[in-house]
Amino acid sequence: MSDSQGPLWEVFVQKKSGQPFVHCGNVHAFDKEMALQNARDVYTRRNEGMCLWVVPSEAIVASSPEDAGAFFEPANDKIFRHPTFYQIPDGIGHM
Amino acid sequence: MNLNQNLFNYLLRLSDSGLVLAQRISAWTGHGPFLEEDLALTNIALDQFGRSRSLLEYAGKLEGKNRSEDDLAYFRNEREYFNPLICEQPNGDYAQTMLRQAFVDCFEFLLYSELCHSRDETLAGIAAKSVKEIAYHKRHSFSWVKRFGNGTDESHNRLKQAMDKLWEFTGDMFEQMNGEADLVKAGYAPDLNVLKPKWEKEIAELLQESRIEIPQNAFMQSGSTLARHSENLGPLLAEMQILPRMYPEAKW
Repeated sequence: MSDSQGPLWEVFVQKKSGQPFVHCGNVHAFDKEMALQNARDVYTRRNEGMCLWVVPSEAIVASSPEDAGAFFEPANDKIFRHPTFYQIPDGIGHM
Repeated sequence: MNLNQNLFNYLLRLSDSGLVLAQRISAWTGHGPFLEEDLALTNIALDQFGRSRSLLEYAGKLEGKNRSEDDLAYFRNEREYFNPLICEQPNGDYAQTMLRQAFVDCFEFLLYSELCHSRDETLAGIAAKSVKEIAYHKRHSFSWVKRFGNGTDESHNRLKQAMDKLWEFTGDMFEQMNGEADLVKAGYAPDLNVLKPKWEKEIAELLQESRIEIPQNAFMQSGSTLARHSENLGPLLAEMQILPRMYPEAKW
């Protein structure tokens, strides 16, 4: 194995058309086409999906664990944001 | 020679190509330039082994002498193998492996696209499954050839050296087997004379994009349709066949 394996790319797989793309891991690659092919070869060998996204890892902006308090805890006591105070008419079915 | 015998020989030609090339590129397993590429090439080898297995199984059935796909793979000698010479050429460096792959992938994509319409239903079925795999192999090897050609001076030189080594073996892919003309006439196999200019055009484009020149009027090796091979096939088969030959009853 060489020292440089190229930059990292994040891989997202869509199981079926219409469903969300789900992050499944990452690959090394030197260009877009190589990233797409590597993602195909590493993550879709067992019928995992019908469509792929690859995104340069450095293009992803992530919150850091230290931000969790300020970012997410304020939502903890805002139960009124959950739509649990409504009667769902029978005709709607599963929501 | 009847049609069945011709078809049997033709199936050997097809299956031996995949088997020998898969054995070659399997040698990269665990030694690839990096993990993802290692896995990619291993996948490709598995596709080729799988295809050869189906073809040999069918060939054995057609022959009617009770030979299994393993018998045909492991107990035929060098002078009974019909793979094109290009398939047995050494791996060299990664540029050489990818250029060899691109030459074969391009040929196989054209060939198997036509075989999908073969009058032989089994062969057409195997081809329909294989052609999708080959389309991917080709996309993979073509993008590597362009990458080497347009990368650094070093990568470009490596590709050029690979070209110098491999080009003379490309013509042999288009040689026809004994009796192949009858199969073409009967609608079982495509005419390689029709596929050749298509291959030449695609490869010329690929090499132009990779800034590699094609030698004019180059000497072309031949002989594989008569099972006459380069010095490289014998050692490959010896390694591939040693286990079942030493332990004929060995089971996985």
